[in-house]
Amino acid sequence: MWSGFRRYATYRQATIAGSFTNIVFGFLRCYVLLAVAAGAVGNRPGGYDVEQLATYVWVGQGLLAVTGIWGWTELADRIRTGDIASDLLRPVPPVVSYLAADLGRALHGTLTRFLGPVLVGLLFFPLASPHRWQTFPLFVLSVGLAVLGSFGCRFLVNATAYWLQDARGPQMLWTLGSGVLAGLYFPLRLLPEWLTVTLWVATPLPGLLQTPLDVLVERDSPALQAGLVALQAIWAVLLLWLASVVQRRAERKLVVQGG
Amino acid sequence: MIRMRELRKDFTVRVKAGRLRRTKRTVSAVDGIDLTIEPGEMVGYIGPNGAGKSTTLKMLTGVLAPSSGEVSVFGLTPVPQRTRLALRIGVVFGQRSQLWWDLPLGESFRLLRHIYRVPPAEHETRLRRCRDLLDLDEFLDTPVRQLSLGQRMRGELTAALLHGPRVLFLDEPTIGLDVVSKQAVRSFLAELGASGDVTLVLTTHDLADIERLCDRLVVIDHGRVVHDGSIEALHARYGSRRSLVVDLDEPLPPDFALPGATVTGSAADGHRVTFALDGTSAGTAVAGLVAVASVRDLSVVEPDIEDVVARLYQAG
Amino acid sequence: MGELRAYAALAGGKWRSMLSYRASFAAELLSNVGATVLDVVTVFVLFRATAQIGGFTLAEAILMTGLTAFGFVLADMTVGNIDDLKRYVRTGQLDTMLTRPLPVLPQLVFTDLPLRKLLRLGFGATIYGIALAVNDVDWTVARVLLAAVVPVGAALFFGAIFVLTASFAFWWVESGEIGNGFTYGGRDFTSYPITVYSNWFRDLFAYTLGFGFVAYQPALALLGRTDPLGLPAWAGYVSPLVALPAVAIATAVWRTGIRHYRSTGS
Repeated sequence: MWSGFRRYATYRQATIAGSFTNIVFGFLRCYVLLAVAAGAVGNRPGGYDVEQLATYVWVGQGLLAVTGIWGWTELADRIRTGDIASDLLRPVPPVVSYLAADLGRALHGTLTRFLGPVLVGLLFFPLASPHRWQTFPLFVLSVGLAVLGSFGCRFLVNATAYWLQDARGPQMLWTLGSGVLAGLYFPLRLLPEWLTVTLWVATPLPGLLQTPLDVLVERDSPALQAGLVALQAIWAVLLLWLASVVQRRAERKLVVQGG
Repeated sequence: MIRMRELRKDFTVRVKAGRLRRTKRTVSAVDGIDLTIEPGEMVGYIGPNGAGKSTTLKMLTGVLAPSSGEVSVFGLTPVPQRTRLALRIGVVFGQRSQLWWDLPLGESFRLLRHIYRVPPAEHETRLRRCRDLLDLDEFLDTPVRQLSLGQRMRGELTAALLHGPRVLFLDEPTIGLDVVSKQAVRSFLAELGASGDVTLVLTTHDLADIERLCDRLVVIDHGRVVHDGSIEALHARYGSRRSLVVDLDEPLPPDFALPGATVTGSAADGHRVTFALDGTSAGTAVAGLVAVASVRDLSVVEPDIEDVVARLYQAG
Repeated sequence: MGELRAYAALAGGKWRSMLSYRASFAAELLSNVGATVLDVVTVFVLFRATAQIGGFTLAEAILMTGLTAFGFVLADMTVGNIDDLKRYVRTGQLDTMLTRPLPVLPQLVFTDLPLRKLLRLGFGATIYGIALAVNDVDWTVARVLLAAVVPVGAALFFGAIFVLTASFAFWWVESGEIGNGFTYGGRDFTSYPITVYSNWFRDLFAYTLGFGFVAYQPALALLGRTDPLGLPAWAGYVSPLVALPAVAIATAVWRTGIRHYRSTGS
């Protein structure tokens, strides 16, 4: 995990460039959503008031680098080049070592990329501050679960390379679907309710961004919030379990077919 | 044909000074090189890492602009006349590919024909020759990404020659190759050079390349030429000598002296003696020896060019 | 002529490389068109919550979104992959391009022509067409001409932005995603009526950087609406011309960048 952290710490310039881009998109999304609020019934589209919407956007931009839903192709690359064989020789199972590295990445993202957009948002827009005592610990827990869930999903997408040789297709579909279905482009509550509920229960994606943000802006009652985080936890466990099953299968395939 | 006068290339590097501050420093990668290369020459360009070999090659091929000084190839100035020059030179950068990774090797050649606008008949003739000399046929239909490094290098050489360049620049053409591929590349280049219509300029770390291929050796260190001449001239200049190793039935008498040779080593209680030959031929020395001692076995050891070059770098 | 054949050969090479990964190519085609579909769907979703955004109806907003999508993809299809300049600089592949008898920019463009975006181009054009149809445009000769020229102007403008931001890599190899803020960010900016943005942000993006003339002003001219932000009606008709200075600046910066690369060997 520390080596994962240190590796990302060397990319200082990329960090600055990435934060800049996050901030530009923060402005774009925030202005559009606030314009939607201005014309919505009671100025509360999807049940969010203006401050909640702004918080949703800016903290969301900050969380992007923490959950890191995009851009991880290391496992697929190592499978394609065959370097994966050396991972199998290590005493730690690949899922565990990659997870540890990813936690390092998330920690680095938290320390370097999270605060920038949030501060800019605070400077230019009125943000919502939590009222309930349990919101903050619940938010931290929810972000942690989002990191685990995001890792599980990405591991599975990368692992398709064991069977497809070239995981670019699944990766592109993932990049395409994950952003919108995690609630990055707009809060999923703007969709028809049946669709929102289906997405939440049937896919892990809202748990990657929407859930922690809803927790933070206190969109729902405390009980419902706890329920959503519990749902996130179930998905995280399920995804990690799936990842290890897939990895064991793949290893058996590698051993049998010699890669 | 190739002329460099007072050629310099300075790079600005940022050096860390403290936690956040960085200071700029100018480093001369090439520090005033004067060199003329005539048509048909085979020039080996050697030097330690960072000596300025690749930088010089990049300035000759129009990739980098010189900081000062002049460079001309076929009377063209490489950077402003880059595209015209490109039609007349061939370039192989050992670490970079100019082939299409996902396409069969033959397909890359076809694309290069269009890029260099080569008439089909000429293209065919040159390709035929390379196919024969480099044994390309067995992997012509294989995607480049599946080729071994040696096969790929043979493809790169072909790609660089298809438009019939009069000069071929090679940056580390044998780096990373296995022994067999190295031999194949060397004998191909030797043949190419022997035909006399292509001038070869190559940089290398592997001195065997030089010994096999080049009649002229340019040693560069810290951006300056420290030697320019034949390999023999290098040996003469740095006093590296051939040596004669003899195995004897009896040790030599203590007052024994061989004209034109000096004893540099003695082993096995004087039963094996090494002489360094300073001027005399190995034949004369052996004749002088058999006159006074019974020689059981002998061998002549060529000077090691690596040693000479290592000494050269240390001096510089 | 010879050069054109050379570029055709480069594009052909890219095409055949693609075909060696048929499944991935299909997935890429789909996910690319999907990205533009999502941009449009997002507009529909937002209009579920409100009848007007920034004083414009769904149909009017879709005209801006469609125009942006069409122009952007046209640019993305041709010079979008110049993003990869960073990779070419880092791996030294740029050196290989510099030893070939062709200018570097078109070489880059044709070597990596993003054919996977073809479907997306079709979708962008369709949305633009539908938006023109549903908006009850009062067609005049000037408007017909404008409707035809605007996507080209938008494409040139976005193309210039792509080249400009990619040129950062000559000075700053690790510029990473910073260019995305202007290319994709610019696209998002012009997809909505610029009345939604606050004054300083709009001044910066719309008028200083010129993004306001890509879709918003021409859309007003096509719709025959007066600009709530106060620019005269003719502004919409001349706004495609904003592409010209953009292209000129991009060309100059690119040339300076290449010169810088050759003097530093980044």
